[in-house]
Amino acid sequence: MERNKEMSIVNENIPYHFFRRKAINGAMLALCAVSALIAIGILSLIFFYTINRGASYLSLDFFLQMPKPVGETGGGMANAIVGTVILIGIGSAIGLPIGVMAGIYLAEHGNNKFAVLVRFMTDVLSGVPSIVAGVVAYSLVVIPTKHFSAFAGGVALAILMIPTVTRTTEEMVRLVPQSYREAGLALGIPQWKTTVQIVLRTAFRGIVTGILLAVARVAGETAPLLFTALGNRFWSTSLDQPIASLSVFVYDYAKSPFEDWNNQAWAAALVLIILISLLSLSVRIVTRNRFSSR
Amino acid sequence: MSFVVSASQTTKVPVATSPKRHFGDVAFKYTTTIFAGFVLLLVLLMGFEMYMQAKPTIEKFGWSFLTRTVWDPVQEEYGALPFVFGTLFSSLIALVIALPLSIGIAIFLSEMAPRWLEPPLSFLIELLAGIPSIVYGLWGIFVLVPWIRISLEPLLSRHLDFIPLFRGAPYGYGMLAAGLILSIMVLPIVTSISRDVLKAIPQTQREASLALGATKWESVKLILGDAKSGIFGAVLLGLGRAIGETMAVTMVIGNTPSISISLFDPGYTMASVLANEFTEATTAMYLSALIEIAFLLFGITIIINMLARLLVWSVTKK
Repeated sequence: MERNKEMSIVNENIPYHFFRRKAINGAMLALCAVSALIAIGILSLIFFYTINRGASYLSLDFFLQMPKPVGETGGGMANAIVGTVILIGIGSAIGLPIGVMAGIYLAEHGNNKFAVLVRFMTDVLSGVPSIVAGVVAYSLVVIPTKHFSAFAGGVALAILMIPTVTRTTEEMVRLVPQSYREAGLALGIPQWKTTVQIVLRTAFRGIVTGILLAVARVAGETAPLLFTALGNRFWSTSLDQPIASLSVFVYDYAKSPFEDWNNQAWAAALVLIILISLLSLSVRIVTRNRFSSR
Repeated sequence: MSFVVSASQTTKVPVATSPKRHFGDVAFKYTTTIFAGFVLLLVLLMGFEMYMQAKPTIEKFGWSFLTRTVWDPVQEEYGALPFVFGTLFSSLIALVIALPLSIGIAIFLSEMAPRWLEPPLSFLIELLAGIPSIVYGLWGIFVLVPWIRISLEPLLSRHLDFIPLFRGAPYGYGMLAAGLILSIMVLPIVTSISRDVLKAIPQTQREASLALGATKWESVKLILGDAKSGIFGAVLLGLGRAIGETMAVTMVIGNTPSISISLFDPGYTMASVLANEFTEATTAMYLSALIEIAFLLFGITIIINMLARLLVWSVTKK
């Protein structure tokens, strides 16, 4: 129908019509390319400012010194760096076993309605705002124990890690060719041993990739830590006490009226960005080798 | 190992090992099932836990919690409308800005870019998604907000002040800043899912339209028509992301619980009131009101994500 209408127009006025179609084609395609350029432009702006303002305040002191009291310049964020590592550690200790096991289930036994439901809810869980994970951790841990703690922060991060780990583990285990499983079973190896010793060993690098992705996702999280791990200006490695983290420091220092603190916020942001970029780059390298070897 | 044993014992093997093997398999299967069930349980637990904590205000205010405009913890008056409005308004601004850009990039990635260019470009867009919210917020405070105050808002109010959206004093902090920063933050997810949806459209569709003499753009329009529901799903996912976004928005929106149509005025969102006031909540009612906001946020994003996933699945899993 539409075709016929167009034909009649073509017959009436060929040169104008062609010119118009070509012009629209060129203009729209150019707009698409321009929008890609805009995105890259914004990305480089953010990187430029963070590197430009952060790099000059990044020194050895930043990594080794403790925060100085209000009014004194200098100092670093040693406690926050250790705190971030501890928080990620707790999150991983809780979230990884659940995520990896659930992912193995979905990949190896996931041909039923229950698995479809789990898969669906995992996707939905990955869209839950991180601050909501914080509220849940608050009501699960902070309210019963009556105080803020590193453990509560870890629980919040674990909730955020589970969906990422589950889905990537499933994808990676699924990539293992079916013939590997058949070969194992044909040798008389029980199915669970085939899964653990052959399938999981083959998918190991892929699973590590998923773990790195999950760590990258939570490394810079701030909202879920605000009222679980809270923050701490002093040295603390206790799981039972409030603990400092780089991201919460960026938040506090960015809002502060002291220029020295603002500068340190940029430095901490730079550390976070470098950490996360390294993680996603290593994921990229691991997965690329994986696919080219096939 | 078990192969060697079974070779020496010939006929007895199946009888001797199969019950044991059976047990291992069943145990392994059920262990993993329990963990998978735990993921399911977690979603339910999250909802239940927040509902229980929010019960005092749910019982006291009922649905009027959503329509009351006064938020005054001292007088024990809790109305969430300014926050709901701020959340929806800032997310809407974000989508209006991000949607055309994202679809443009997705078309560029899936239909136009040469094969060598697509992976690195996709990686850069993903990098944009990986930048923590807090870094966007920092950038927002020190780069975006001053630029909006000094350049963008005076420019808009000079030329467009006949539209109520662009009236008011140029503070910098406000809806416009929040909408702009959110648009950058939802861009990657809308782009990458739209790209996946476009790529899932069969190649024959493109070839058919090109063979009939369509220009590249006319062919793309046809593909977009096929991908409509999937792209709508991508937009919903972006909306879900924008609604829940906390730190960056909190840092630039101005944090004032008012309802105003002007983009220049400060506002407040559901997520930012949680970030700002949660540690200050001293009374049981105050805490309950805040947790009810979190519960609402949870409910809204769950529903949006369910719809979005179903739409995206309907295109990519044919």
